[in-house]
Amino acid sequence: MYRYDEHDHALVQDRVTQFRRQVERRMAGEISEEQFRPLRLMNGLYLQLHAYMLRVAIPYGTLDSRQMRKLAYISRRYDKGYGHFTTRQNIQYNWPKLEETPDILAELAEVEMHAIQTSGNCIRNVTSDQYAGAAKGEIEDPRIWCEIARQWSTLHPEFSFLPRKFKIAITGCDNDRAAVKVHDIGMIMKRDASGEVGFEVIVGGGLGRTPFVGKTIREFLPKEHFLSYLEAILRVYNQLGRRDNKYKARIKVTLHETGKEEFTRLVEEEWMQIKDSTLKLPKEEVDRIAKHFEPPAFKAVPEVAPTVDARAASDAGFASWLRHNIFEHKTQGYSIANISVKPMGEAPGDATAEQMDAMADLADEFSFSELRVTHSQNVVLPHVEREALPALYDKLVEAGLATANLGLLSDIICCPGLDYCALANARSIPIAMKIAERFTPAKQEEIGDLQIKISGCINACGHHHVGHIGILGVDRKGEEHYQVQLGGSATEEAALGKILGRGFSADEVVEVVDKIIATYLDIREDGEEFIETFRRVGQTPFKERVYGTA
Amino acid sequence: MSQIVIASGLGSGRVVFLAKGSKTGAVAWGGLIEVSEVAADDARAAELLAIAEADAATQNEVVEPYLIDVEDKGGQLRPTKYREVIRCLGPTVREDLGKQAEGTSA
Repeated sequence: MYRYDEHDHALVQDRVTQFRRQVERRMAGEISEEQFRPLRLMNGLYLQLHAYMLRVAIPYGTLDSRQMRKLAYISRRYDKGYGHFTTRQNIQYNWPKLEETPDILAELAEVEMHAIQTSGNCIRNVTSDQYAGAAKGEIEDPRIWCEIARQWSTLHPEFSFLPRKFKIAITGCDNDRAAVKVHDIGMIMKRDASGEVGFEVIVGGGLGRTPFVGKTIREFLPKEHFLSYLEAILRVYNQLGRRDNKYKARIKVTLHETGKEEFTRLVEEEWMQIKDSTLKLPKEEVDRIAKHFEPPAFKAVPEVAPTVDARAASDAGFASWLRHNIFEHKTQGYSIANISVKPMGEAPGDATAEQMDAMADLADEFSFSELRVTHSQNVVLPHVEREALPALYDKLVEAGLATANLGLLSDIICCPGLDYCALANARSIPIAMKIAERFTPAKQEEIGDLQIKISGCINACGHHHVGHIGILGVDRKGEEHYQVQLGGSATEEAALGKILGRGFSADEVVEVVDKIIATYLDIREDGEEFIETFRRVGQTPFKERVYGTA
Repeated sequence: MSQIVIASGLGSGRVVFLAKGSKTGAVAWGGLIEVSEVAADDARAAELLAIAEADAATQNEVVEPYLIDVEDKGGQLRPTKYREVIRCLGPTVREDLGKQAEGTSA
């Protein structure tokens, strides 16, 4: 994985020093809250319902065991012993003190981490496929391009005060696990007719108040023009994007109001002027970055793993974990192991310091010290020798991290909601917990692949628009209320869910989910997943069951 | 509707309440809702908010003060909106955290 050079170290250290002085000046009353607010936000520090919240970037979701241990240490030393993995592959601490945040940033800098650009109207942490560098069928490791984008966008002077925040996601697979079509810019690595590798460029996706699936504005972009094209898009957006209304300031609205054809023309026109500038990437520079992402020293091992098969035959729990949490690796004899951070009765994405330490230890023992954080709020050990899976499973069971529910009903994406967030209208975590508790592991297995996504407000941090079942918390006359949507998807077949009908109280919503699932089980055809059934039959049978009428 | 002033501590970010007897130049903040100065009408509420805002601007102790509606429930002050109830207690999914864990109530 990428290691800082002297420039990266200097930049992050300088920022820590700068922020320490800014905090001192604020505490001393030399600057007002109004002056200080943008400064703290630039360092990822929010003021939430109960306390400050610090959002730390995990670049494209990749970290090593030493960094995970540091995250655990920070949660123990400066917070309440836990952290929350977010839908943007970041981690949030919910209880830091203002005076201690410079110390936290200094701790992070020791392990090449920071909180820069985790807030504000700038280019945020670039996200990616959590299986990058390990996924079978991957064209190329997208993290090379994420890292190039990270270096380009960090403190980019022209793009530090955009009309609104800006999110980029890049995947190297056809099978989209990074939700690229619902990002401001999504890029999919692909080959052209000659076999050359480049990118499909998708613009204007996003969730929130005005959700859109992004539109492809360039079918194929050669790799050398990666940065110049990004710059052209950002430049057009920076000029056209609305600053008079924050609800209409995202690029999705700019694209919608300008029209795809005209927007594309403007981007191409801008790009023609800069494509052969210093932004054109020399191959040797790309190769230099790529060296950081060379695969670890895999052993030559057979594909068959007799101990795995034997254990699966005799241990139903292991067999279930194998079925749901283990994915195929590109290297023979290796697997990708997902660690669910969604155990029953816990907030989705919350991990204790002890669990973070345990995951770091397991990464050292089983996965070349590498970990990934997923936008689904889970953690991945990307390179596990298949024969070692039983030993890994046993240790995960010991650590309480062996929940076998990846892709199942209880693998719910969920924002912090009104339990923590100052913007939220309703709680989301208790709804997620109640839904998960309603269905036994056996029932969840019977239901199969089902993505439930819950947001506590229209900002949609819980991605409810793209859940197979999406739940949105709203405030209705001072009461928590929930709208239900069906049919969303964040994959390569991205779709926005449709609202089922009138909303429900917190007490009703679990029953409603139960009815939706019962309907699906009644009408599904052989081998048909929930989303496939929905696409076949539409909303009518679900509405009839839930409301008693279509 | 009765109202009180709520804010966040500058250093800790924790919820604090404008305490009884606060006046311009002599403001006190407490961590318990019970300490709150209660405004019985809008005019008094506006006065309290002005006192709190002036204090926030000059004393570097609290940030973002605002008014919330409260009611008397069995002799205890309680916010009327669930958002503020959660704010005064702590996360409903972590009863070991926030003011509720410190044995205080809203």
